[in-house]
Amino acid sequence: MSRCFGLILLLACLIPAPGVGSVPAVPNADDPALEARLSHLAEDLRCVVCQNESLAESRASLALDLREEIREMMRTGMSDDAVVASLVARYGDFVLYRPPVKPLTYVLWGGPPAFLLLGIALALATLHRRRTLRTPSDVSPEALREAAQLLRSDDSNHPGSPIASGVASRPSHQEER
Amino acid sequence: MMAELGQFAIALALALALVQGSVPLVGAHRGDRRLMALARPLAQAQFVLLVFAFAALAWSFLTHDFSVRNVAQNSFSQLPAMYRFTATWGSHEGSLLLWTVILAGWSAAVSVFARQLPEEMVARVLGVMGLVSVGFLALLLLTSSPFERLFPIPADGRDLNPLLQDLGMVSHPPLLYMGYVGFSVAFAFAVAALLSGRLDAAWARWSRPWTTTAWTFLTLGVGLGSWWAYRELGWGGWWFWDPTENASLMPWLAGTALIHALAATEKRGVLGNWTVLLAIATFSLSLLGTFLVRSGVLSSVHAFATDPTRGLFILVFLGLVIGGSLTLYALRAPRMMGGGSFAWFSRESLLLANNVFLVAALGAVLLGTLYPLFLDALGLGKISVGPPYFNAVFVPLVAPVLFLVGVGPLARWKQADLPDLIWRLKWAFAVALVTAALLPLTLDGVNLQATLGLFLALWILFTVLKGFAVRLQHHRGSRIRQLARLPRAFWGMQFAHAGLALLVIGVTLVSNYETERDVRMPIGSHLDLAGYRFVFQGVEEVPGPNYLAGRGTMEVTGPWGRSFTLYPEKRNYNASGMIMTQAAVNYGPFRDVYVSLGDPLGDGAWTVRVYHKPFVAWLWAGTLFLALGGGLAAADRRYRVTVRRRSAPAPATDPLRSAAGEGAA
Amino acid sequence: MRRWAPLLVFVALGVFLYFGLYLNPKEVPSPLVGRPAPDFTLPVVGRPGETFSPAEVRGEVWLLNIWAPWCSVCLEEHKHLPRMVGDRVPVYGLTWKDLDREAAPMLARNGSPYVAAVDDRDGRIAIRFGVTVTPETFVIDRDGMIRMKHVGAITPAVWQTKFEPLLKELGA
Repeated sequence: MSRCFGLILLLACLIPAPGVGSVPAVPNADDPALEARLSHLAEDLRCVVCQNESLAESRASLALDLREEIREMMRTGMSDDAVVASLVARYGDFVLYRPPVKPLTYVLWGGPPAFLLLGIALALATLHRRRTLRTPSDVSPEALREAAQLLRSDDSNHPGSPIASGVASRPSHQEER
Repeated sequence: MMAELGQFAIALALALALVQGSVPLVGAHRGDRRLMALARPLAQAQFVLLVFAFAALAWSFLTHDFSVRNVAQNSFSQLPAMYRFTATWGSHEGSLLLWTVILAGWSAAVSVFARQLPEEMVARVLGVMGLVSVGFLALLLLTSSPFERLFPIPADGRDLNPLLQDLGMVSHPPLLYMGYVGFSVAFAFAVAALLSGRLDAAWARWSRPWTTTAWTFLTLGVGLGSWWAYRELGWGGWWFWDPTENASLMPWLAGTALIHALAATEKRGVLGNWTVLLAIATFSLSLLGTFLVRSGVLSSVHAFATDPTRGLFILVFLGLVIGGSLTLYALRAPRMMGGGSFAWFSRESLLLANNVFLVAALGAVLLGTLYPLFLDALGLGKISVGPPYFNAVFVPLVAPVLFLVGVGPLARWKQADLPDLIWRLKWAFAVALVTAALLPLTLDGVNLQATLGLFLALWILFTVLKGFAVRLQHHRGSRIRQLARLPRAFWGMQFAHAGLALLVIGVTLVSNYETERDVRMPIGSHLDLAGYRFVFQGVEEVPGPNYLAGRGTMEVTGPWGRSFTLYPEKRNYNASGMIMTQAAVNYGPFRDVYVSLGDPLGDGAWTVRVYHKPFVAWLWAGTLFLALGGGLAAADRRYRVTVRRRSAPAPATDPLRSAAGEGAA
Repeated sequence: MRRWAPLLVFVALGVFLYFGLYLNPKEVPSPLVGRPAPDFTLPVVGRPGETFSPAEVRGEVWLLNIWAPWCSVCLEEHKHLPRMVGDRVPVYGLTWKDLDREAAPMLARNGSPYVAAVDDRDGRIAIRFGVTVTPETFVIDRDGMIRMKHVGAITPAVWQTKFEPLLKELGA
């Protein structure tokens, strides 16, 4: 709640808590099942006045009222989805911390997997070029592995040389990435 | 008078920065040693001037000089001395000043400790840092002067934001800025490398200790920020996916990718182009973080003033620095592929995989943080992107990295043997998996999240131990001496990876097994939670230095009869009238007990929230391990050995003083 | 081309950030615009026994101003509101969570800018209007539809640019 207070008092007129003592206390465990449902739901809802706090965490006066409103809706038998829908009807998608998947948010939800795929593609391309780097066609993979084995024996803990193996430092004429 | 002197010092520093940002670069371009030699004394003089300016501001705060606007707005006659001092960076202007002081500090450190680098390199690095400094000093002077006078002089100040009056906030901003700004060194090295066309292993070796040191500070800074949120925001959350937090997480992720990419570039001369791009990106994200927090484009917990002029200034500066360096990258990045070949399964390829996942995770955080802004800017409405989104996309991208932590350090460079590695790690894998599957069953039944987290943590811990075993198996002599002889870089890596495991354990257990109760408590009533009994003894009024507190007394008896008393407070700050919840925490290695006061209900009864947070301390212990690992790695001997070898012509002043070693101490 | 990609990404980002600078993160558009105003019947502040319901002003263009006695900006707005509105449209007030019953004496003392101010003591009606901060003002048309929501105090400039054109369009 402190976060809310900070925001509220700094911005000229948001909702200061009505005098201490007048905020209704959270009715605890009158109905534990309903309360659990509420707090689960409220995790994913934004406390609209705090700008960046969930409805579950916030003790801003409006958040308390909204929780009470949700309780009331739940008591009348509304489903979680219906409760959320009625909040969205008043406050817009802004109230949802988990943005719904719809055309406007395709990029948001599709972005992370796309980044990963792009990254994997680029990495595979690099790997492919690195594997085939300076591999003359007449040298067999076995011979290369042997050579690698030899190089490997001294490539760790080699404080002096910046590049582990001398062979490796010669630039190749292949374009990177 | 002090304020005017401070202002003058900033102006003078700007003049020096202008010279530092131009003359040495020209010198390096023409090969003129006299011009290049200006870089070091300029950087040092700038540092002295800015430290003076900072001291002048601190002095104004400590002596209650309310004629300075900054002091009047962020201090108060009753504010304790410690917070008066930290209030120096509690405001926008003050934190920018701190930023420039730290930037000058890093430049001065480069000028002192990088004695053995080629002169052109030093001139270019300091020149680039001078240019960055020009931008920030101009921002400070033109839009946000910390020394502006106020007339008429107010009788008293408006007090520091109570949220910032906390131990966590004392050291969080300086450490965070040490990290943010420290990446400017890596950035300057990258730009210098592009300018000189030398993007090789030597470049990577020079910039590596600086990068690791900056990363270490950033790790501590982010960790402390989290600790502050935990203590101060009143409900024991430790990460909110708030834009401000994301702004610090993004450079951290990029920096983590960077220190791993640098390893491949240093050891094998490969991935040079990618590494240099990451170095640019890491500092760019630090600047972006500053922009996001300072410009107010994103609504955030930390209510900073919104001011388009400042924001515009930072954005233009951002455009010049980032746009300029990326243009340079596009023009100058080598077209040749440096370094040797490596197989599809090798240390290099695993480091590459690490980078793919880390950068994808970074992209996800960036996308989620800026998406509301994108939609808003396009006029497509307002949405919120909060913790449910970030948890959903971040965890799947980071879990593979954690798994790779177990594999990478054991794989050989160039070509590793996968079947052999699988064979060697089979027990680590099996034991970690079985333990992680069974442990949640003993607690509250099947819990896949907990199993995944525990598996990854145990897997990392076992493979870290395996790493030691592999290192020791070919050596003779006493184990202790062998361990002591292992390079510090190795120790650093092991510590950091183990720290990651501790962090994952903390996060997993506290997220899945935390319990809380939100109750009304009349005086003398009790509550049982997680084996603890809480007895509420009421609330009494206790005056603080600059607030009046309602202090609750909660007697707590633990499962083994150990008892302690917690004093959660509800504070009303005198100057601002802000009401703050000050939670009371009993810290422990395996659980924290956390109590925060709600509201009075009459007759001495209050609403109270009580939390039992298992293993939450591991989160911060893990952070400390990460930082310790970073410090050890940066202090590795080989950075000094190279230094000594390179310094053959000019006798080194003090070859044992490694820059990074000093910085990380 | 590939090495220009990072620059292009950054430039695109920069353009968004530039526009972002001129947006107000606190201003959230209301999904209620274009929808019927929520219905209610509430007692009128300072006139015991009297109630008000939007149905009574059906057929008229009217303003609903959500305020609270503890909100200093609202009180400031009260001073200027009558001068700006004149008698073009009736202004009704929704008094939000007047728990200490200060509203009636306050309006009597300072002069009320409202035709009537209703008492939303538990704040439930305000929530139906999607209140976030006070003051908020809704423009409601002859069919009882919400046509606009303004967050924050109405300044003469806001009145001229946002309210006047809309009221003209609505024929008020």
